[in-house]
Amino acid sequence: MINAVEMRGIVKRFPGVLANDRVNFDLRQGEIHALLGENGAGKSTLMNVLSGLYRQEEGTVRVRGQLVSFRSPRDAIEHGIGMVHQHFMLVPSLTVTENILLGLDEPRFLMRLPEYHKRIAALEEQFGLRAAPEAKVWQLSVGEQQRVEILKMLYRGADVLIMDEPTAVLAPQEIDELFVTLRSMTAEGKSIIFISHKLYEVMAISDRITVLRKGRMAAEPLETRSTNQAELAELMVGRKVIFTVTKEPREPGEVFLSVENVSAESDKGLPALKGMSFQIRSGEILGIAGVAGNGQSELAEVISGLRECTGGTVTVGGQTVSNQPPKAAIDASVAHIPMDRTGVGSSPNLSITDNLIMKTYRHPPIAKGWAMDERIARQYARDLKDDYEIMAPSIDTQTRLLSGGNLQRVILAREISGQPRVILAVQPTRGLDVGAIEGVRRLLLDQRQAGAAILLISEELEELFSLSDRIAVIYEGEIMGMFEEPDHETIGLMMAGQKGKATDDER
Amino acid sequence: MTNAEQSGAGRQSTLPFKVQIEPRLNVPRWLPTAVSVGAVILGLVLGAVALRFAGESHPFKAYASIAKVLFSSWGGISDVLVQATPLILVGLACSVAFSMKLWNIGAEGQFFIGAFAASVIVLAPVLPAETPGWIFIPVMMIAGLIGGALWGFLPGYLKAKFNVNEIITTLMMNYIAIEWNNFFIFGVWSEGGFQMSPRFPKTAWLPRLADYAREIPKFGGLTLHLGLIFGPIAAVIVWFILYRSKWGYEIRLAGDNPKAARYAGINIARNTVLVMMLSGALAGLAGMAQICGVVRRLQGSISPGYGFTGIIIAWLSKLNPLVVVAVSIFFGALLLAGREMGRSDISMLIQGIILFALIASEYLLRNRVRIVRA
Repeated sequence: MINAVEMRGIVKRFPGVLANDRVNFDLRQGEIHALLGENGAGKSTLMNVLSGLYRQEEGTVRVRGQLVSFRSPRDAIEHGIGMVHQHFMLVPSLTVTENILLGLDEPRFLMRLPEYHKRIAALEEQFGLRAAPEAKVWQLSVGEQQRVEILKMLYRGADVLIMDEPTAVLAPQEIDELFVTLRSMTAEGKSIIFISHKLYEVMAISDRITVLRKGRMAAEPLETRSTNQAELAELMVGRKVIFTVTKEPREPGEVFLSVENVSAESDKGLPALKGMSFQIRSGEILGIAGVAGNGQSELAEVISGLRECTGGTVTVGGQTVSNQPPKAAIDASVAHIPMDRTGVGSSPNLSITDNLIMKTYRHPPIAKGWAMDERIARQYARDLKDDYEIMAPSIDTQTRLLSGGNLQRVILAREISGQPRVILAVQPTRGLDVGAIEGVRRLLLDQRQAGAAILLISEELEELFSLSDRIAVIYEGEIMGMFEEPDHETIGLMMAGQKGKATDDER
Repeated sequence: MTNAEQSGAGRQSTLPFKVQIEPRLNVPRWLPTAVSVGAVILGLVLGAVALRFAGESHPFKAYASIAKVLFSSWGGISDVLVQATPLILVGLACSVAFSMKLWNIGAEGQFFIGAFAASVIVLAPVLPAETPGWIFIPVMMIAGLIGGALWGFLPGYLKAKFNVNEIITTLMMNYIAIEWNNFFIFGVWSEGGFQMSPRFPKTAWLPRLADYAREIPKFGGLTLHLGLIFGPIAAVIVWFILYRSKWGYEIRLAGDNPKAARYAGINIARNTVLVMMLSGALAGLAGMAQICGVVRRLQGSISPGYGFTGIIIAWLSKLNPLVVVAVSIFFGALLLAGREMGRSDISMLIQGIILFALIASEYLLRNRVRIVRA
């Protein structure tokens, strides 16, 4: 049988980087082939070559046995190869159908929408991709928007779908739905390339796995059935990775963070938090589980003073920080590791030094009256750069040039180095590769050991289970239940909105 | 789609090469300077083309002869520096505001109000005409600073409190300022029906070099006045504020990423107002220096658009206060050259082209253009 795609000896250079070094990649008809590797391993480059965005310097690409040379994504799609990007390219104010038809030659002048609605609905039926064709894209959930992106490619006749980290933006249930969809597509004869750096997902969905490391193939393609996570991690990182971080037992101390009956509104003015209460003690990690958009980001913002609350109070060590300027929380020793690292957590065009002193510039020794001591600030930055192993040419490097993992290290170094009493960690490992995730989790556990009260908001259940002392489930701005010894099933149900029969609190 | 994707879709398959655009990972240190110099050269070349069409048969020779006139005699240099004096201050005014991404294009109006406020001291009068200079000058400077600051405060406050677009308010307030001044020079303070106020008493003048011609004959005819030193001093102060003070750090952080600044506990509203006031104050001081050092009365034609030239100077200097001084001298020469040739329109044209080239080059600073074989 002829392979759907056959790439041989692909070489792609960027100034100063060999992004792909003689990489081979085969995609069999009807399989899901995972492309695994850390950030910067060359996965996206390889797929950009296949989808016509880049051209390789050496090597050949064959599609169904035929030698091809794409000049543009349009060429690629004409040969049945379509890529679903991590960042959606949809027009929010247009409908699903309009988005799918955008840029096509047909329909020519009159849109004849009812007719196309029907065609799209039929396509959705065939592959089990539900998304109302008449709905405007802004009304759709993230999962539905992703389906529109997939439909766009299917409508254009794609036989090979390249999915670039498709699960990065999805909630756990949406991931399950996506996997069902992928299976139904392969059943219909499509072939799928699944780019990811999450091992358990790759194990769950793929038939075969190709691992890239530093632009090269780490091994010949593996059969998913005959491998395991530990082997994949070793291939990916190049050394053995310890999976379970060891959590030392620790008796919690006094209450550091107290959230009492807090309510707040979302940006759209809708109730986002509805009378939420909990406490976190010194040396304790409280994990917040929940599907994105159920009030998690609002919760962190209320505690750090970035959002007003409409009711209730937040106190840190007895001091009220809610409805105060953000500086009050900073002064009360609240560290905040925000979800949006480039939009909130850092200033992309400023240097690493300037980013590291964001919380300390007001106080001596960096501050000298109204002036700042540049020498001390730079020494402080150099020390943190070494301590937290921030990989950058110098402390003057702009943070926009840093990789995700290094940027997160800058943020962690800034937030954690001051021995905070309370740490708000919002999705602290999202989008990081295996090695970096391990480092971040270690740092959080070290802080727990040092006596910080940590609020860990995450969508990775595994992360919550391995780090938290207690787990609370959040749904539509309310805490559904609080557990010291949780199980996956109960938490999953509560995340979907079902109240638990008996929680630890009530027992 | 990213730029790389668009360019990757090269349709010109007939050409033996294609142009590829990739985002730059690192901007070499020399590049911003090279781009600025390139913009100036482009401005001069296109200005020469315009001159050619305007009937000048050897435009580059004309440039050379003007440069010679301007820089070969003390008189010429002095005149250039007189032009540069207000430009340095308005250039700094724009640099400060732009550092926080506050698009203050009202330096022109703040300049006029600064001039007006300084005039009030003499013409209201706040101080009697026989006041000695060492009181007059500082009081007028303070009045100019406060007047400009007030004209910056209004748009700053509206922006901070109600998120009113400062581009519109500062632009519109230019016209209010100019007409406000006109009201006084046409009416209240009009000297015998002329569109100007009476001459200021001698003690309210900023001393000129020519004033000392009796002691040092070389200074005869040199119009350079004390206001020149305001600029470099202000430049050093502004540099210190921006790069060595806590406030300057807040300004730069809020300018690059306001959300991160809020997250760092910085009061953005307060800084918006303060930065607009500092910006206005600098432009106001320029207005004061101009009327006390050059025309010595309040009149309508005190600015050939200094406030707008300040915008270009700030961009060309990449918001670096110390570079503003040097760039202002170049623009001072450009303004004067236009006047010498009787073609100030051409010098405005050159300014405009420079600004266009600079803004367009931002793209080149962020992206790398490569020509590769297809």
